[in-house]
Amino acid sequence: MMQGIMDLHHDIFFFLILILVFVLWILVGALWHFHYKKNPIPQRIVHGTTIEILWTIFPSLILMFIAIPSFALLYAMDEVVVDPAITMKAIGHQWYWTYEYSDYNSSDEESLTFDSYMIPEDDLELGQLRLLEVDNRLVVPANSHLRLLVTSADVLHSWAVPSLGVKCDAVPGRLNQISILVQREGVYYGQCSEICGTNHAFMPIVVEALSLKDYCDWVDIHQF
Amino acid sequence: MGKEIELKTAPADYRFPTTNQTRHCFTRYIEFHRCVAAKGDEGNDCERFAKYYRSLCPSEWVERWNEQRENGTFPGPL
Repeated sequence: MMQGIMDLHHDIFFFLILILVFVLWILVGALWHFHYKKNPIPQRIVHGTTIEILWTIFPSLILMFIAIPSFALLYAMDEVVVDPAITMKAIGHQWYWTYEYSDYNSSDEESLTFDSYMIPEDDLELGQLRLLEVDNRLVVPANSHLRLLVTSADVLHSWAVPSLGVKCDAVPGRLNQISILVQREGVYYGQCSEICGTNHAFMPIVVEALSLKDYCDWVDIHQF
Repeated sequence: MGKEIELKTAPADYRFPTTNQTRHCFTRYIEFHRCVAAKGDEGNDCERFAKYYRSLCPSEWVERWNEQRENGTFPGPL
């Protein structure tokens, strides 16, 4: 998904540069050629059909070329066709996130569930990010299709990680699905993005992407 | 290190093609209990539905529904 967003950005930037250069060229040209010393008595033109047609058609063509990839991405983001490898659940609480991994359960009781609290400023170690670090990270494998179901236990929250191109509202009594594909191993940060009370700013999100093998080891250690 | 885990989860379901997956979880829960009612507890036929609903439903919801089933107040068709 992030790849799609970046590709769209580059597509649009192509048109943006084109328009910028054209407008600057006309602007500088007009200042240069119609300077009062060069052109003391200006010509009065009040109408030009050709140019009016041109400056209507060209911008609409450009808008069309921007709209096509934009809509393609918009609808692609909602697709839930790919079978995911792992399902995780993120449950918003006032004011922390709870994560559940229940793919490996054999009963309703046992499940890999943990709370993810922000590390307070006084407990930070050197190199840790203030207001962003959590005690238990959401661990995922890189390069696998992941399904994240986002919900809430009390009020509205929103689970967002900008680097993964993901933002999803957490609504009590409803499960919202987002598909994630982390392309690189690493640590990704995000914050609650729906104002949810006093400590809204203090319930960050940290995703740690590991290789598939390390992920399996991690599940092994925590599950059994 | 414990036993090897199997990377497998509930598949994408064409009955629920949208972001809202609330019904997906609920339906899988009902499907499991209907299956158990029809085929009995022993067979492993129903186990896959159990895996699906456990993957999809928050454990809090499952606990509440289990309680409601015991009390006979479960709102869904079983």
